[in-house]
Amino acid sequence: MSEPLLQVRDLAKHFPAGEATIFGGRKQRLRAVDGVSFDLEPGECLGLVGESGCGKSTVARLVVGLLRPTAGSIRLRGEELAGLGPRQWLPHRRRIQMIFQDPYASLDPRQTVASILGEPAKIHRLAKPRERKLLAMRLLEAVGLNPRHVNRYPHEFSGGQRQRIGIARALALEPEILICDEPVSALDVSIQAQIVNLLGELKERFGLAYLFIAHDLAVVRHISERVAVMYLGKLVEEARTKELFDTPRHPYTRALLSAVPLPDPELERARERIVLRGDVPSPLAPPPGCAFEPRCPERDGVPGERCAREAPPWVPVGEAVAGAPARSCACFLESAPESPPGAPHEEMSPRP
Amino acid sequence: MALLEVRDLSVRFDTHHGSIRAVEGVSFELEEGETLGIVGESGSGKSVTNLAILGLVPQPPGVIEAGSVRYAGRELFELSPRELAALRGDELSMIFQDPMTSLNPLLTVGEQLAEVLEVHRGMGRRAARRPCAAALGDVGIPEPESRLDQYPHELSGGMRQRVMIAMALLCDPKVLIADEPTTALDVTIQAQILELLGDLQRKHGTAIVLITHDLGVVAGMSDRVQVMYAGRVVETAATGDLFARPRHPYTAGLLASVPRLSGEGSGSLRSIPGQPPDLADLPQGCAFAPRCELVTESCRGAAPPLVDAEDPDARGQRAVACPEWRRLAETTSTAGGER
Repeated sequence: MSEPLLQVRDLAKHFPAGEATIFGGRKQRLRAVDGVSFDLEPGECLGLVGESGCGKSTVARLVVGLLRPTAGSIRLRGEELAGLGPRQWLPHRRRIQMIFQDPYASLDPRQTVASILGEPAKIHRLAKPRERKLLAMRLLEAVGLNPRHVNRYPHEFSGGQRQRIGIARALALEPEILICDEPVSALDVSIQAQIVNLLGELKERFGLAYLFIAHDLAVVRHISERVAVMYLGKLVEEARTKELFDTPRHPYTRALLSAVPLPDPELERARERIVLRGDVPSPLAPPPGCAFEPRCPERDGVPGERCAREAPPWVPVGEAVAGAPARSCACFLESAPESPPGAPHEEMSPRP
Repeated sequence: MALLEVRDLSVRFDTHHGSIRAVEGVSFELEEGETLGIVGESGSGKSVTNLAILGLVPQPPGVIEAGSVRYAGRELFELSPRELAALRGDELSMIFQDPMTSLNPLLTVGEQLAEVLEVHRGMGRRAARRPCAAALGDVGIPEPESRLDQYPHELSGGMRQRVMIAMALLCDPKVLIADEPTTALDVTIQAQILELLGDLQRKHGTAIVLITHDLGVVAGMSDRVQVMYAGRVVETAATGDLFARPRHPYTAGLLASVPRLSGEGSGSLRSIPGQPPDLADLPQGCAFAPRCELVTESCRGAAPPLVDAEDPDARGQRAVACPEWRRLAETTSTAGGER
């Protein structure tokens, strides 16, 4: 099998935290990302979902090189990027670009759109000053804005239009991968749909691959081919979108999906909701076993309180398609030897 | 007579950039034990409407231009600030969106809760401790006794929001105004909070005004829905009717533009073209006209009034502020139930 476009293996980022010691270090480690692995193929959108603090934005920042990983590997077409310094990253950065959440905070208010959109080409020495303005105009057109507005400043645009400018900037270097960190969550519903559609069109037109990070599961379902679910620094499940939403395997995925309010009064009132107890544990002191164990409504399904002692391994589940596992999951309910692979989740009742 | 009755409320703000018409002729009624959802995007006037009901619009720059708010037969706009303050937090209560900024960081949770009972019930600090702990227990906070001595920063976001709710419910309010009560929370915590609000309502018969932009939250919680756009009510209906048969083009567009969790995903979402209006520079006539597919010449004249939309299947009254609603009704009924 050929090398994937982006291959992330056992990626970890620990931040020093807590009180300082006399040697200047810190006593505790905040495990923001703790062993995350996934692949991204050309032209594909992988959704990454999870609740606040689960580490999904840290994954984004690691993959674009804004943070240096503590451990693990990030390979772009086979080339190792993890551990490179900022200068060594620069030539790779044009291939992986990022769109940020807040269209108000991520554009410099004192620069014109021409200058904002021309800057990447300037830094990477790809275009002469005169060409840069034309480039900016072409980019504005590509994201559905009027190219004649190229000399305006960010404050002259609405929130949705600013997000289009952010997208145009990310496209300036003709990247292969766009990392989208909550690209629509700051926008009103009617504008959200415009931006989601734009991202879908651009993906087709330029063959872009997306790592699409969001907490809105319906948006992720709409745009992604595959979805990975993150909880407290680790992936708990990954599958093709339809399978993940139709037959979630991990108890957390099931709870997460059932918690999303549906914009349909009949469905919304008829369905059974899994309401989790308690809060997400602190990443400063994650539980010794499965991170989800303290809140898991299905932990009694695993014999011997194994979930509280051991972290469940990240294993392929279900039938393989073309040599690659169709889906992966980190739960003893799935990986326990008694559990036949591919068994539907309804049968995950307590075992003897 | 309804428990809460808002009539023709209009609020404007005088700013350096001119006069902003935040709320224009909004009316609604709320019965005991009922939940009214108010839906709209940022700037639609949904929050200002409810701040005005509670007398919390800062004046200046705010100006209550017209309207009346009757609660249990009393006209709230005629009450003195002192009389209104006595009602607020007692019979009329409110939950704000952001628990990080609505709790005082310098006071313990217990002190902030006790203050409510001191003001409204004349209780002493020590006597208040027991009911305060009970209130925290009611909203599902574990070890409520020890939480009383903690400061807001020691609690998680979900916990803080529950403290806010406990505080709002301390005096068993008759009317609870919940402004985006779960927007800042994760979905699993949101599910906990919504379940809690539902339970409390069933137990105490509280009437709830639920302000939100999340159509899913409205679908699950409210009996009736009022849709606002640029300061005006554009449609009001029983929740089921609104979602099944939207009559205003904006409502229809809003419903079509949310991606769904179930069913077949289509290629692209139906979005509403254009941008939300600038409240300081509203177009003549219907504010939605520049983005509307059904726009006609008459829409650009005067803002269309809210009229009855005859609906033989409707549960309760429904009204729409669009002269073209019949055309929309025809197109959606032929398209039939696709979502």
